[in-house]
Amino acid sequence: MLNYIGYRVLQLIPLLIAISIIVFFIIQLPPGDFLDTYIQQLEMSGTDVDEGTILNLQKQYGLDQPFIMQYLIWMKNMLLEGDLGRSFQWNQPVSEVIGDRLMLTMVISVISLIFVWIVAIPIGIYSATHQYSILDYVFTFIGFIGLAVPGFLIALVVLYVVFVNTGVSITGLFSPEYVDAPWSMAKVLDMLPRLVLPVVVIGMSGTAGLIRVMRGMLLDELSKQYVITARAKGVEEGRLLYKYPVRMAINPLISTIGWTLPALISGEAIVSIVLNTPTTGPILLRALMFQDMYLAGSFLLIVSVLTVLGTLLSDILLAWLDPRIRFGGVAD
Amino acid sequence: MNTVVEKWKSYRIRSKTTKKPEKTEAFEVASQWQLMWWKFKKHKMAMFSAIVLILLYLSAIFCEFLSPKVPLERFSEYKNTPPQGIHFYSKETGFSLRPFVYDMKMTVDQKTFRRTFQEDKSKPYYIYFFVKGSEYKMWGLFNSDIHLFGTKDPNAPMFLAGTDDLGRDLLSRMLYGGRISLAFGILGIVLTLVLGLLLGGLSGYLGGFTDTVIQRTIDLLICIPTIPLWMALAAAMPRNWSALEIYFGMIIIFSIIGWTGLARVVRGKILSLREEDFTMAARLAGASDMRIVTKHLLPSFASYIIVSITLSIPATILGETALSFLGIGLMPPVVSWGVLLQDAQNLETLAYHPWLLWPASLIILTVLMFNFLGDGLRDAADPYK
Repeated sequence: MLNYIGYRVLQLIPLLIAISIIVFFIIQLPPGDFLDTYIQQLEMSGTDVDEGTILNLQKQYGLDQPFIMQYLIWMKNMLLEGDLGRSFQWNQPVSEVIGDRLMLTMVISVISLIFVWIVAIPIGIYSATHQYSILDYVFTFIGFIGLAVPGFLIALVVLYVVFVNTGVSITGLFSPEYVDAPWSMAKVLDMLPRLVLPVVVIGMSGTAGLIRVMRGMLLDELSKQYVITARAKGVEEGRLLYKYPVRMAINPLISTIGWTLPALISGEAIVSIVLNTPTTGPILLRALMFQDMYLAGSFLLIVSVLTVLGTLLSDILLAWLDPRIRFGGVAD
Repeated sequence: MNTVVEKWKSYRIRSKTTKKPEKTEAFEVASQWQLMWWKFKKHKMAMFSAIVLILLYLSAIFCEFLSPKVPLERFSEYKNTPPQGIHFYSKETGFSLRPFVYDMKMTVDQKTFRRTFQEDKSKPYYIYFFVKGSEYKMWGLFNSDIHLFGTKDPNAPMFLAGTDDLGRDLLSRMLYGGRISLAFGILGIVLTLVLGLLLGGLSGYLGGFTDTVIQRTIDLLICIPTIPLWMALAAAMPRNWSALEIYFGMIIIFSIIGWTGLARVVRGKILSLREEDFTMAARLAGASDMRIVTKHLLPSFASYIIVSITLSIPATILGETALSFLGIGLMPPVVSWGVLLQDAQNLETLAYHPWLLWPASLIILTVLMFNFLGDGLRDAADPYK
């Protein structure tokens, strides 16, 4: 098992390097570097541009050097000093801008993932064991809608319906009195009911997808001969179902975390903009609008790295559940 | 096994009944595509979706003619007018077979200064077919001013889906937006298709080092959450690009991220087909690699490619919508469904002008229909199963 984990972790290193190169390339894409924009901004606000500060910044980020050197300096600053670059829009280091928001994004994504499972697995089992029943059709239909309708549209419609019926605007994650308050138990309790909407909306399409996967897998398993044999031998139906086929059918669910998690984080980015939650989505959009590329790039990098780690966790979980992978994976 | 035989029998019976008796001696063969078509026809929902999609695309092709107004035409007296009802009956004239709409009269609330519209029952405008209206350029080729339906007076208010805050007819804008959005789905897939076929094919056929590199690239692209990546790339497009450049820029963005799904399908299929006897036979007979790929492998998995494409068109349409909705994709004055939804972003506008959400229903319809179609095609893709 340790062998397997070590092997998977080693595999990650080139992947992470490749991701960081892509992100740095995106940071560099807009014409001009961030200092140009920074100077321009200072001039616009009427502040004197201090030559020394500019030179300092230029040196710090190696802006006078070729792409590869700039990349290496960026990586060095990031890994050794935890310096992700500067957001000129906020005039703060990126790490200070991101902090809390990133945590909330992760909290929402993980809760959404759990929500997806809690909803999708029982429905998937029901649909497979009651194939072609009315409820099966209902779930299939809802699943189709969930897959087809993007989260941000669902969010818009929900906002509208709630506002028209109650006059309450359910955007944001905190009541006004807690927005700027430091973290406390009361603040968390205040947040919990407001988390429901983003979690449900973000989890919608993932749930729809997983129901279909779960139903398909379980149907495949149920038609296998060992199930027929067990049934012929008189194994009780509920026990038979949960002991073998459901276990088998759940495996792929765990292996699909690798793509469910990026999809959830993706969905979160856009739903959070509509719902105006204090997560990474709205700030990413604003950073992109102003081409505040260090800020935007850092988001992309961190979110991607967290996704990769999530995938790693799912692989380890799967290996723990399924010995075939644990022993087959290394030899592969 | 039994089901296969039964299906085969039913196909035989069908083909017998459709053919004339004197031809029964001839050897009966239904091609693979014919079998697929028979199987596809059985999928009612997919057939229905195909028809709806054809109608949607026809409406996109003929949007100039179908829309009652021109998308950029402003009616300054009728800003944010709610959708008008179509009437057949009025107190004065009784029932008339010719439908009509009432003029909308604006009243300003003295306290809140909010403007509301009421139907002005004294002024009916009758709707006719093939009326002369505002001039437009059909397909950018020739000028015309004939609209499928509308009022006799081109300046008369007829806003069946309401207007936006500049007094532009939403129905016309939705029809024109459909052209941009639906075309984006098709055009966006072309480059994806080329990349997916090429890289997936190379990966599966050559194997070895090429395969490893391409597979790792796919793994890499899958780890980066798509929407943030789209957003970053879209925002990095130079600000001085023209609408057309942005349109194609977005197509490229979607393609360089979206080819992975198709490449996986192609690779998987090639890997399994490479081991089949007929490939081996062709190779022993001295066929070149190119010939084996184009004559033997490609036809065998063409149907799977079609399925994969059908399912990625809606994803592309949704991507365009999402980016344009956020304001980092297509920009006004270009009209796409996503651009139209920009107006519905803010809760206040949404609460008072809910009809601005109508473009969303078209997006949902299109995506749903593509999904059903893809489902039907997937079932039909392997008619021997």
